[in-house]
Formats: sequence, C-alpha cells, structure tokens
Amino acid sequence: MSTAPPHLLLVAPLLVPLATAILCLLAGNRPRLVQSLSVGGAALLAAVGLALVHLADRDGILVSQMSGWAAPYGISLVVDRLSAAMVAITGIIAGATVIYALAHDTDPARGKDFHLLVHGLLVGVCGAFVTGDVFNLYVWFEVLLVGSFALIVLGGGKRRLAGTVVYLFLNLLATLLFLLAAGLVYGAAGTLNMAGLAQQFAAGTAPPGVQAALVLMLVAFSIKAALFPVFGWLPASYHVAWTPVSALFAGLLTKVGVYALIRMVTLLWPEAGLIHDVLLWVACATMLIGVLGAAAQTEVRRILSFHIVSQVGYMVLGLALATPLALAGAVFYLIHHIVVKANLFFIGGIAARLTGSERLPAMGGLYAHSPWLALLFAIPALSLAGIPPLSGFWAKFVLVRASLDAGVWMAAAVALVTGIFTLLSMSKIWNEAFLKAHPAGAAAIRSSRGQGPAMWAAAGLAAITIMIGIGAGPVMDYASAAAAQLSDPRQYIRAVLGVEGG
Amino acid sequence: MEIIAAITAGILVSIGVWLLLDRNLVRVVLGVVVIGNAINIAVLTGGRFNGTTAPFTSAAGVPELASNPLPQALVLTAIVIGFALFVFALAVLKRTWELHGTTATDRVTEVAEDDAPDLAPPALATPSAPADREGRR
Repeated sequence: MSTAPPHLLLVAPLLVPLATAILCLLAGNRPRLVQSLSVGGAALLAAVGLALVHLADRDGILVSQMSGWAAPYGISLVVDRLSAAMVAITGIIAGATVIYALAHDTDPARGKDFHLLVHGLLVGVCGAFVTGDVFNLYVWFEVLLVGSFALIVLGGGKRRLAGTVVYLFLNLLATLLFLLAAGLVYGAAGTLNMAGLAQQFAAGTAPPGVQAALVLMLVAFSIKAALFPVFGWLPASYHVAWTPVSALFAGLLTKVGVYALIRMVTLLWPEAGLIHDVLLWVACATMLIGVLGAAAQTEVRRILSFHIVSQVGYMVLGLALATPLALAGAVFYLIHHIVVKANLFFIGGIAARLTGSERLPAMGGLYAHSPWLALLFAIPALSLAGIPPLSGFWAKFVLVRASLDAGVWMAAAVALVTGIFTLLSMSKIWNEAFLKAHPAGAAAIRSSRGQGPAMWAAAGLAAITIMIGIGAGPVMDYASAAAAQLSDPRQYIRAVLGVEGG
Repeated sequence: MEIIAAITAGILVSIGVWLLLDRNLVRVVLGVVVIGNAINIAVLTGGRFNGTTAPFTSAAGVPELASNPLPQALVLTAIVIGFALFVFALAVLKRTWELHGTTATDRVTEVAEDDAPDLAPPALATPSAPADREGRR
C-alpha cells in the first residue's frame, strides 16, 4: 500500500453510531430531535461504509493499529472488501429501519428508547465487522448482545418477555462459550490477533491445543448464526419483538455470526479439510430443516424466521466448499440476503398493520386494497426464492454452480429443493395475505394513513434488490475480489503484521 | 496452583450446568452466573499464573517470575460485562415473575408460542396525529 490508511475512517464505523447513541440520549424526550439524529447518524454510517468499500476496493486491506501499538500487542482494526461491504450494508439497513420506525404504530414499543438502543447495537455490529482481534470480537459481540436484549423486550408484555427469556439465555450461553474459547486460544497460542493466529496456522506451528479451542469458538459462532442443530432460539424469539426490531435482527444479527465464521475459517483453514466437510453437512441440514420448519408455520414473521435459518445454510455452503467461486457466492448471498430479509419483515409488518393481524388465516384482501404493497412484497419474496433477474437468482446460481464444479451433487440438489420450498412458502403468504379476501370483509382493512415512512423504507430496499439483480456484474466482481482476498490469508497477515506469512 | 484452579473451574461449570437444566428460572439465572464465573477462572488459568511478582517493566527489563497481565485484563473486561448481563437477567426474571406469575421456564416460554395477538385498531390507541406521539414515557 502506497498511502497511509485513513485511520479516522477506519474508526468511524464505531464512532458514528456511538456518537449518535450518546446524542440521542442527550436529546432525551424531544422525539423529533431524536428521530432526526437517528436518521442522520444511520445515513452517515452508510456513507462511511460506502467510502470504506471504495477505499478497500482500490487500496486492498486497510489496517489501523489502535493507539499506535503495533500488531501483536495492540488491537488492530482491519477492513478488507468483505468487512467494508458489511459496514455499508449495515448502515443502509439501519437507515431503513429507523425510517420504518417513524411510521404510525400502536405497539407499546414505539416512542421508547428505540433509536438510542439501535445505535448502541450498531456499535457492536460494526465493531465485530472491523476488528482484527479475537477478544475484541468478543467485546463487540457483548455490546451488540446488550443492545439486542434491550431491543427485543422493548414495549414489554407477556409474550414478548417469554421470547426474551429464550433469546437471553441461549445467547448468553453462546457468548460464554466464545469467551472460554478465546481464553483457551490465548493460553495455547499466546496471541489473540487473528493475523497472528493465521500466521501460526500457515507456518504449521500452531500448538495442537489451539485447534480444539478454535472449534469451540466455531460452535459459539454457529449458535449466533443459527446453524443446525443450534438454531432453536431464533424461531422461538424473533417473532415476539416489535416489527422494526425483528427486521433489524433478521437482517443483521445472525449475519454477524456468519461473518465471524467466514473470517475465522478462511483465515485459519484456507484449504478444504475436515472443518469444511462438517460445515457442508451442517449447511445442507440447515437449509432443509429451516425451510421445512417454515412450511409448518402460519404466521408471517414465524415463517420468515425459519427462512432466516434456511438462508444462513446457503452462506455456510459457500464457505464449506472453499473454492473462490463458492466464497464469492457466499459474499454475494450475504449482501443480497440482508437487504431482502429485512425488507420481508418490513412488508410483513405493514401487512399486519393493515389487516390487523399477522396470523395468515386472519389476513387477506391486500392485493385489492393496496396493489403497491403487493408489488413491494413480490420483489423480495421472489428474490428470496431465487427467481431471475432478481438478486437471489444470481446468489443461488453461483452457489449451485460452485457445488457442481466441486462435484458435490448433494449440496446442489439440497440448494435447489430448498429454493422450491422457499417459493412455496412465499406463495403461501401471497395467497393468504394478499389474494384471499379478508375474512372480516374488505371494510375490516385499515387505512394506510401514517404508513408512509414504512412504505418508503420498504421501497428503498426493494430498489436495492432490483439494482443488485440487474447490476449483478459489478456486485459479483466485487464479491469475487472479496473472495480472492479471503482465500489468500497471506494478504491479511502481511497487511496486519507487516511480514510475509507462511 | 494451576491444577487447583482448573479443577475449581470444572466443578463450577458442572454446578452451573446442573442449575441451568432446572425448570425454575431463578436457578437458570444463577446457573448462568456460576458458569460465567467458572469461565472467568478458566480464562485466567488458561493464561497461566505461575508468576509471583507484578509485571512492572523497568529499565532493568521484565522482572523474573513476572505474572502475565493480559489474562487478568481480559477477565476484568469479562467480569464487568458479565455483571451488566447478570443485572439484565435479574430484571427479566423479576418482570417475568410479575407478568407470568410463575418462574417455571416451560410455562413462560410456551407463551411465546401462542398465536400472535390481533393488533389494536389505530384509532383507539392514538386518537390524534400519528407523528407527535413519541414523547410518552
């Protein structure tokens, strides 16, 4: 790298949401001011993310050593193409969510400290994406966990509290496992710097004890990412939260776990091996169980929650195949999925507000009442199922192609079957909520007055889905370049430690 | 010394798991706390504490038998975070007891599986213009 990395820009993904959260706190109960600050902060975060994407694409891996302490002693912030893309998409989803939250709603969570907590959560999410240190990653996980605990229970009530109990204890347990794994890794390897660990693995000098500790760490990430068989907490809790909260969680939180899995596995085990074989089976089981679980559900958000599990399987499939094409597919899928899934939760929420329920039997008549909403639903729903030319088609196409190239027919078959079942699930929501007449008559559908911000947020994300679909070439080029960086850990080691690795 | 700490951590984890498996939410909360502390001890032990003097480096170099400060710093961070999460878990526990009238975990969690409630009609809950209803606390 010829020029010095822009240190301030690397810290900005942490500083912007932190400053926004503090300003929201100071603004207290002046709701208009809090809303403007929150939207402005999210827009700034998206701008920072896009600037990072631009720089990471131009200059390679950006590294900043915090407080000037060189790599193995201090904490490094590392932004490669994948991290930059994740920060940018986080900013975009955050912006859409806080705008969505401006819409009129009768939920008791509205008007509470939502904006403050969202930005607190974003500090943790962005921190997890930019850090280059294992223990620092643990701290960011805790930051996002604290924010998510407060958000999921926001508004209170029996049902929401019951879901929080499930979410709270299983996530606490996963984080404790992560902490234990981090401690054991330090005890065995003597470093917590990701590049330092990768260097030991590349040189073959990693002590045997560190492998066991790292596998424990992967288990903790798998719980966060809701992989089979440790996904149970997700469909048991996501549907109880307030709609914008559910959408934010659906878009971002499990993907932090997937990101951590991709980061650690590609850095430490760049060549396919036993870990990848296990991940391949886990990915196939996750895809199938998730989509079959969705088939049994009759509430919008519960169906979508099970689809989160199923879709995470696709990303892990790309990671498990470990070829550059498959990794590119995983990165593309990650970007596409965050936008589409958050949008489906948004539209499900609007549909529930209009029909008065999110139980499918009690919904209906929306196609006749608001055809624009039906169109908005169709775009992410078809994209999720993988219908061309939307973004999901390209993501699935690349992954199936990569499975066939690698000779893993089973994975390709499971991916295609899962796609068909996803389409069935989406058509179930379409038929019940949109096509069918409302069971209480068309007069029971409520006015969409006050839903403007929510509609605009959903429309914005739908536009991004279409853009990713039509402009798949540049996005796939970026994903391929990100995958090339991921499959060559020497670049990462050289950028962070300043030495040749392996 | 390390072997004693390692065995202590193991015993604490087993007690914690035993508490976690209980139906009573109070004991589940305590189980998480016990496991959290056991893992703190494990992290400390994993970083080895055979040092006996404080790790203050001077011009003369690092003192012999200096203890490793890094695991202590890690555990200090983890204790602070764990304390915050424990307080949150206690708050959830208290509210669960108030709202559900029970601390049996399966009684509580089955409520989350109930059918989604119908949404209140907008006119009843917020009579006036929708945009200015944020300030209620």
